[in-house]
Amino acid sequence: MKKLNKYSRRDILKTSASTASVFALSTGFPTILKAENNIKIGVPTILSGRVAQLGISVSNALNMAVDNFNKSGGLDGRNIELIIRDSRAKPDEAARVCRNFINSDKVDAIINAEASGASFAVQEVIRESGTLCLHTVSETTSLTADPSIRTWNAFRFSRQGIHDAVGSAEYAAKLVKEKGLKKWMSIGPDYAYGRDSTKTFFDMLQKFAPGVEIVGQGWPKLFQPDYTEVITQIVREKPDAIYSCLWGGDLVSFVNQAILYDTFKNSELFAINLADYTTMSAIKNLPKGLHSATRYVAAWPNTQDNRDYDKAYTDLYGDHPTNWSWETSIAIDYLINALKETGSTDNKKLAEALKGKTRKSFMGVGEGNSVTIRNNDQTLVDYSIGWGTTIPNDPFVKDIQSVDWNTIKELEKEWLINKGWL
Amino acid sequence: MEIFALFDCIISPACLLSQATGGLKIGMLLFLVASGLTLVFGVLGVINFAHGALYMLGAYFSWQVMTLTGHFGLSVILGSLGVGIFGLLFERTLISRIYNAELLVQILLCYSVVLILDDLVMIIWGDEFLSSVGVPEVFQVPPLFIFDAIIPPFHLAIIGMSFIVGIILWFIMTKTRFGRLVRAAAVNPKMLEALGININFIRAGVFMLGSFLAGLGGALAASVGSVVSGMGNSIIIESFIVTVIGGMGSISGAFLASLIIGMARSFGAVAMPLFTDGLMFLIMVLVLVIRPQGLMGNKKK
Repeated sequence: MKKLNKYSRRDILKTSASTASVFALSTGFPTILKAENNIKIGVPTILSGRVAQLGISVSNALNMAVDNFNKSGGLDGRNIELIIRDSRAKPDEAARVCRNFINSDKVDAIINAEASGASFAVQEVIRESGTLCLHTVSETTSLTADPSIRTWNAFRFSRQGIHDAVGSAEYAAKLVKEKGLKKWMSIGPDYAYGRDSTKTFFDMLQKFAPGVEIVGQGWPKLFQPDYTEVITQIVREKPDAIYSCLWGGDLVSFVNQAILYDTFKNSELFAINLADYTTMSAIKNLPKGLHSATRYVAAWPNTQDNRDYDKAYTDLYGDHPTNWSWETSIAIDYLINALKETGSTDNKKLAEALKGKTRKSFMGVGEGNSVTIRNNDQTLVDYSIGWGTTIPNDPFVKDIQSVDWNTIKELEKEWLINKGWL
Repeated sequence: MEIFALFDCIISPACLLSQATGGLKIGMLLFLVASGLTLVFGVLGVINFAHGALYMLGAYFSWQVMTLTGHFGLSVILGSLGVGIFGLLFERTLISRIYNAELLVQILLCYSVVLILDDLVMIIWGDEFLSSVGVPEVFQVPPLFIFDAIIPPFHLAIIGMSFIVGIILWFIMTKTRFGRLVRAAAVNPKMLEALGININFIRAGVFMLGSFLAGLGGALAASVGSVVSGMGNSIIIESFIVTVIGGMGSISGAFLASLIIGMARSFGAVAMPLFTDGLMFLIMVLVLVIRPQGLMGNKKK
């Protein structure tokens, strides 16, 4: 049979294969290799629904740090690759996303930016797999304080309920003595965090200021649009002070509705979650003199490092960081440092490098403005906790008082012993 | 249960008036939303799970108009009208296709719309909650003290406005030709068609009116509450409770049930502050056991 072409089929195949190989080697293939070589970090978080801001501010904080790390050459040329996925705030979905990260994506570590319920689910997944996990959102104390829940590969970089409770109670107790705020009420969201935070706060307040009386408690459900029945309860009981751990839009609605009753004229509000930019700026005519812990404000800690962090974040994203942003920024900073220190992604080595580590931080109030991941319970301490009073405009909070970490640690220890966790 | 606290409250004019006004305000806002839901069910036979999402749209539209114009009244009117128009489009394009479909199909369609709208508002207005629309300047005054009861003037305005809407609704449904046609459509739509009445017009009008009422509820709620994606999810549950207690399809039943729920929430906060939500469901269960068709519902339905 006469050849139709001077090149045989074999020649064509050979040439094609060689060309493809050369092309792949010069462009695609190394890229694939490079991607395979990336340090993968899985991030389960909330990117949809009412708390989407959580996941977005966490992602912003991570991208800001990771971009800098990758631009500066990564870890011996290995870049960090973030895989951020939405759990829709559902514990079972968070666990599924986390399992997928571990089994399918083969991530090197997990940064868990889930709320408390889902964080407990993630904790069980990573306990089983032995994957390094950095919690950056959950504030429920038991996650790292309860030895039966704790695990060697989990570290908490978020603030913790017991720390805030001691700090809040210490600040409130001063005002109880100064102003005679004897009758208290509370309003908190009706789920684990709300109940836990309120109880711990009053336990601590009774310690600092014995004789304080709780005259009523309101438990609106999460995302309730109308707080009238709780506000009329407050108006009826006429407490000297109100403790609230409502947060986000719920806190905004409560304050806006309570203003109509002139509630804060006679009762001082201690709202632990108020001093976050998104919350304060959403309240119409933010009243003067409401008390709040500093979740995140550029004014506290009053350092250049903190102001620089706020500026860098705001320049990039056009919005101020949130409480979740600073927690995540510290976590990724620790992880990057551990990667550099060990030169490896071996989880055991990384965990050892994180344990007990003290690092300078824009949110640090330890020696030389540092924070520490405590050795025994692998949780963050010496981060800035301040309490102050609101003013209607930027910087929104004034007269901020720092909370003493020695007192926090002392009372935390006592509380843990009482719980049987120490 | 703090029964003595409730007794003390009832015999104290200050407490009684304060709780009653609070209950009225809760009830009347709920009535606006629930009346739309029950109207749509009564006439069209559609269980509109997307009604809460329309309430949310009312809040967002109102916020947008307020941002652009700075006029509270305009924000409420245009916000609600906007939802009414959206409702009309929703009915013509989607709901009209499922009038004779199974209940499951209706629920699935409405639920899909809820999910789409929840995400859509986040794409348009951002993922973070928006500040409330705010109270008009005329109501930014200290509360009234009547028999020592503290009553915000704005709450009286909301109660008054809702009453007026209720009366207008009653008038439309009982005294106008449109109302008579709507009631006829609820009983025998085929007969109405045979008489040459454009049933599609009636259906679209009813759905538009129901959506308008949901939007109005959302726009008023946005005056003192934050505006956020998914905000309709809690109100839809309460609206269904009202619809069940009042009787499916009965507007007067929705009015009565809204008042009962409002008072139960307000006085329940005195007697059993840890059980106010439970109380609402308890009332619903009692009504279902004693009078399954609802307080003013038609037994046949």
